[in-house]
Amino acid sequence: MPIPRGAHARGASPLVVVRDLEVEFVTDGGSVTPVGGLSFHLERGETLAMVGESGSGKSVTALALMGLLPRPAGRVAGGSIRFDGEDLARCSAADLRRLRGTGIGMVFQEPMTSLNPVLKVGEQIAERLRTHAGLDRRRAAARAVEMLERVRIPEPQRRALDYPHALSGGMRQRVVIAMALACGPKLLIADEPTTALDVTIQAQILELLRNLQAEIGMAILFITHDLGVVAEMADRVLVMYAGRAVEEATVGELFAHPRMPYTRALLNSIPRVDRDGGTRRRLEAIDGQVPDPRVALPGCAFHPRCAHAAALCATAAPEFEDSGMGHLVRCRRWRELAA
Amino acid sequence: MSEMLLDVRNLRTHFKTVKAVEDVSFAIRTGEVVGLVGESGSGKTTVGRSILRLVEPTSGSVHFDGIDITQLSAAAMRSRRKDMQIIFQDPYASLNPRMTIGAIIGQALDIHRLALGNERDARVVELLQRVGLSADHRRRYPHEFSGGQRQRIGIARALAVGPRFIVADEPVSALDVSIQAQVINLLKDLQAELGLTVLFIAHDLGVVEYISDRVIVMYLGRIMEMAPADSLYRNPRHPYTQALLAAIPVPDPTVRRPPLRLHGELPSPINPPSGCVFRTRCPVATGECAERVPPLEEVSPQHFRACINS
Repeated sequence: MPIPRGAHARGASPLVVVRDLEVEFVTDGGSVTPVGGLSFHLERGETLAMVGESGSGKSVTALALMGLLPRPAGRVAGGSIRFDGEDLARCSAADLRRLRGTGIGMVFQEPMTSLNPVLKVGEQIAERLRTHAGLDRRRAAARAVEMLERVRIPEPQRRALDYPHALSGGMRQRVVIAMALACGPKLLIADEPTTALDVTIQAQILELLRNLQAEIGMAILFITHDLGVVAEMADRVLVMYAGRAVEEATVGELFAHPRMPYTRALLNSIPRVDRDGGTRRRLEAIDGQVPDPRVALPGCAFHPRCAHAAALCATAAPEFEDSGMGHLVRCRRWRELAA
Repeated sequence: MSEMLLDVRNLRTHFKTVKAVEDVSFAIRTGEVVGLVGESGSGKTTVGRSILRLVEPTSGSVHFDGIDITQLSAAAMRSRRKDMQIIFQDPYASLNPRMTIGAIIGQALDIHRLALGNERDARVVELLQRVGLSADHRRRYPHEFSGGQRQRIGIARALAVGPRFIVADEPVSALDVSIQAQVINLLKDLQAELGLTVLFIAHDLGVVEYISDRVIVMYLGRIMEMAPADSLYRNPRHPYTQALLAAIPVPDPTVRRPPLRLHGELPSPINPPSGCVFRTRCPVATGECAERVPPLEEVSPQHFRACINS
């Protein structure tokens, strides 16, 4: 059994409950629904990995959770997002700002999207502490240095006086993590936080996030396209395809018994260095392209690319059903395929 | 054993004070695929561009088919490029958005005066089909294609002039993993069918393993290790290669990656460390490592590494 990496508070109500979320974007060419019928939850202190390729809807889901959908094009068109009891989809702008400041921290792929290039990094963290935690100038500055130390930045006192451009990509991402965690959030949303980093720096940042989670106990919604990162970070996994959840299970169960053909194909398409005989073997590609969100597709969204598709798959949309022990799968043929 | 098609000796490429590539030597046999891996700042892209003289090497030689191309005039080099092509990472940035796909591929044929009229059109169609696209696609524009399709177009353009050697510079790193596998398989098939010689540059060691006969690992402008792919992945002999392989997340939650032994970050290529450039992050470095640049030594057949301590 996989040991949960976060400090779970068993029995307590889930931190996040998303029900039937639907996100709509209105464009010149009409409206599209990049996320539809999405339901999932996050326990306190756990890490849920949301994995998928471009266009799967994973980043849009993160933006919806944070109330940061680009306006006026994007909006939550249906469903609810409950965070610690509050419905975020119905919160006022001011309440959302407060929540983003103290309840939810965010880390994106590109650290410079979160950093102000003309402000010293210590000041940026301190500013957040003054605004959201009500600290005075001196205490905020001292706490900012503590946060830099906490994310293992060497010589934090000196680094606090640096501007973002003076730091490497890995160090900038540490600063963003320090800022995201400064007010002690219950949830950290990390959207591809290591994708832009070199692999040795990625390993350092993943290790840092695991250690910080053990110390602070926040839940992490970890969005990534990399199944290696998923295996390393997640307690549970939600696989997304074309705006819908297609499989959900604990990390051990998902990798041991992937049921959805898409998940299996994705696992087989990764070049792996941990197995012998990879050299010059053929990779199992998935044919075709991710479907165009502007074109409504009847049946299962994956059927045009699925090696196991039957006639039925092209006409009737599959339900997201429990295949046992909370392992959810959106495939009409999972029983036959599991046999 | 076939002959050497490309022989790079003591290549050095500096951009003002930045020592991007420092004393790099290697050779590629005809029909061989060599993977060149390293993290940002390793100099791998600059090596690829220096070989094609898309950037001018500061010193050293690059023999292609026996001729030192660093000595060629600009005009002579232009006609040489018919034999030496490049595929870029970002297919979108490398395709003119105002030209149809047919015009983009046809332009490569025109520059080298390879085909005219009906023959030119037929060749464009043949190239599109060869990379898994269809004849109709030649009337469309780059924005109408997905990332994977654009990379196929980039490959068709590179193949149009019938090159013998291709530098593939991170050709799949911008693509989704399912599409990445399609493009890697396509490149492998084309390489085998056409007998191409390829320098495959990538930061992803997994991808490189699937396509390469031999692999070169670079760090801060220098070669750390060079070996047949099997040998390098199964038995890495340089502490940097070992750290790089150990840092890759494994898609298996029952595997616990050993704690990272590599700390800190890449030093500046403006003022690289003395001696071994890797020593400031190396878990086994000693005082001696600061004193001289370790030579690339053969530790088993065809397996070279630059380290005095491992």
